[in-house]
Amino acid sequence: MFYREAGDFKTSYQDDNQTFPIKFDRYRYYFMLFVAFAIIPFMINDYWVNAVFLPFLIYAIAAIGLNILTGYCGQVSLGTGGFMAVGAYAVYKLMTMFPEVSVLIHIVLAGVITAGVGVLFGLPSLRIKGFYLAVATLAAQFFLVWLFNRVPWFYNYSASGQISAPERTFLGEPITGPATEAWAAYLVCLVFVTLSAIVARNLTRGSLGRKWMAIRDMDIAAEIIGVNPLGAKLSAFAISSFFVGLSGALFFAVYLGAVEVGEVFGINKSFLVLFMIIIGGLGSIFGSFAGAAFLVLLPVFLKNVLVGGLGWPTDLAAHLEFMIVGGLIIVFLIAEPHGLAQLWRVTKEKLRLWPFPH
Amino acid sequence: MKTKLITAALAGIMAAAPALADLTFASLSYRTGPYAANGIPFADGYADYLTLLNERDGGIGGVPINLLECETGYNTEKGVECYESTKGEGVLAYAPLSTGITYQLIPKVTADGIALHTGGYGRTSAKNGEVFRNVFNFPANYWDGASVGIKHLLDINGGDIAGKKIALVYHNSAYGKEPIRTLEELSKKHGYELSLLPVDHPGQEQKSQWLQIRRDRPDYVLMWGWGVMNQVAIQEAVNIRFPMENFIGVWWSGSENDVMAAGAKANGYKALTFHNVGNNFPIFDDIQKHVVDTGKAAGAGDQIGTVLYNRGMYNAMLLTEAVKTAQAMTGNMDISQAEMIKGMEALEMTEDKMAALGLPGFGPSFSVSCQNHGGDGMVAVSQWDANAGTWSLISDYQQSDMSVLQPLIDADSSAFASENNITPNCN
Repeated sequence: MFYREAGDFKTSYQDDNQTFPIKFDRYRYYFMLFVAFAIIPFMINDYWVNAVFLPFLIYAIAAIGLNILTGYCGQVSLGTGGFMAVGAYAVYKLMTMFPEVSVLIHIVLAGVITAGVGVLFGLPSLRIKGFYLAVATLAAQFFLVWLFNRVPWFYNYSASGQISAPERTFLGEPITGPATEAWAAYLVCLVFVTLSAIVARNLTRGSLGRKWMAIRDMDIAAEIIGVNPLGAKLSAFAISSFFVGLSGALFFAVYLGAVEVGEVFGINKSFLVLFMIIIGGLGSIFGSFAGAAFLVLLPVFLKNVLVGGLGWPTDLAAHLEFMIVGGLIIVFLIAEPHGLAQLWRVTKEKLRLWPFPH
Repeated sequence: MKTKLITAALAGIMAAAPALADLTFASLSYRTGPYAANGIPFADGYADYLTLLNERDGGIGGVPINLLECETGYNTEKGVECYESTKGEGVLAYAPLSTGITYQLIPKVTADGIALHTGGYGRTSAKNGEVFRNVFNFPANYWDGASVGIKHLLDINGGDIAGKKIALVYHNSAYGKEPIRTLEELSKKHGYELSLLPVDHPGQEQKSQWLQIRRDRPDYVLMWGWGVMNQVAIQEAVNIRFPMENFIGVWWSGSENDVMAAGAKANGYKALTFHNVGNNFPIFDDIQKHVVDTGKAAGAGDQIGTVLYNRGMYNAMLLTEAVKTAQAMTGNMDISQAEMIKGMEALEMTEDKMAALGLPGFGPSFSVSCQNHGGDGMVAVSQWDANAGTWSLISDYQQSDMSVLQPLIDADSSAFASENNITPNCN
């Protein structure tokens, strides 16, 4: 009834090609942005930020990054944790080497450095595909974690091998370090997420995204119609790694504050982000958000219900959490193999026809 | 009849009324994951001691204790979530039992003004209380452990270990890397050769490290392991027939779980410890009576008297003694978070105090001050008897070599102070 194209006349190409062509969608998007930027910062406390919002927003960036590579370009990667570590260590070295430069610039630069590393490890993708490429990126994961553990220069020769984020301010307000206010950390991550999502969305709608999808769907056919596989694959690796590095930098600098590479950026992280995009939906920006929300919020929610609400023992609750999350993943994938994004798409299709489906 | 009714009603109200004021403790435990075998006994001991105080004494100084347990799985992200979710409840002191989580929490507790106690783990230079105002690591830290381990080797070698080869097998994390600098400094002083063998999390695969040990034939092996890594290392040492009495673990590598799997061959394995072992103390009768028999034991209740159970209990005991100290200092029974820090700074553990608690000779006597948050660093050596299935102390408590450690502590803590713009002070 409200959700339809009919009656929403477009008079320019620009209007016709916008991200949200349906008026209702567009307003919903503006409303979400309004809530996220203007209402939530005034309502949140340390717990909500550190347990819910920061992990959700940061994993959403990582999922967007991996989705570009795996969902749009079809290159399976198990190196996400390693690339996040590159972002984290890059921002750490930049923060300690150039303390006078704004940390926000460092976070972006960390993304750029990660993009370079990503291209390097993306080179094998020109020769190998599928599972073999997954194994090559797995090597990247283990190599990078080993490197950051092995070479003391990366952790400034600290006795424990840990890196910890010094306090840095933006407009006089600390955004890294322990004195950070909840809303400041939240807003920093929110700005990065919003920009990442807009950039990623528009990249995937443009010629670059179409090249990636052509490579994903059939690389030989893509080559025949004039897509350069070298450029397409390496650009996918670079841009994907940029976002993943960004998320690693935020994960370290804004969220955790102190990081030990083997524990935080281990292979588990790679799988977690991969599961996010599989559950959320491959090849969908919305899916990245949905997957991140599902895997970040559900465990916290279950914990609060089981331990806080029902007062069960913590170990029982932790084990049940695994079973419930695992069970739900299976149920979701059986019910909708294309992830949460597909459910959303189906809902929108139905809404367009509602209430007259015939 | 009337009085009886009133009494019954009063009793009912007293039983039903929620504790208005209570002393809140948090246990960031891990009963799941690859480190659960070691996390469970510690969490049980910690919880049981607090339950005992509630059941037997009605809390501390008449104020009941409220224990919040939160599962971290030895994972730093979950540890942060646990900290944030419990800190609003007025937790007096955190004891996360994880060096990784400790590093996360040090800046946070400093900003929030809450005490963090990391007995036998965490950041060693937190011993310097002028820099780390909220962080305590009494009664001993990793560098004490490394130093006393070397002292033990000196003792059994007649004071000379020059030219001996010592290998360190360590968990490749902040925890395992802590002793390296101390061992390097000590090797300059005593002239032994140190080789480093890192084992990655979780440590189930150690074939290559032990192959190297077999090839290099070090005289002694030191181990900084945790979780499943310990069992695997001891089994591998048995497999290459490494003499067990030359294999010394830190206190986190010296519990029953670690040696049981290797069976009788693990006999003679040594581990450092900063408290006594076994269940031959009067307090265990009280725990049996007030906690186990009333069905209030934490977990499965099958860990009582094991090394890590004792350590959890000891940790809870030190914290509750700090509460008592704070109560005596301020005259305020329901102490605040700031008063808890004052109490920990003034904590003094004496032989009499421990005997009165039913723990005679359980740990070394030591005192904490604002300058020294780490106690005296008294460490003993224990040995595993596989036939009897018990650990026993084979040395007295020895003090670590502070002439080597103090410069390291000063250097590390002053680096932290300058990174974080802290002016060391005791006001």
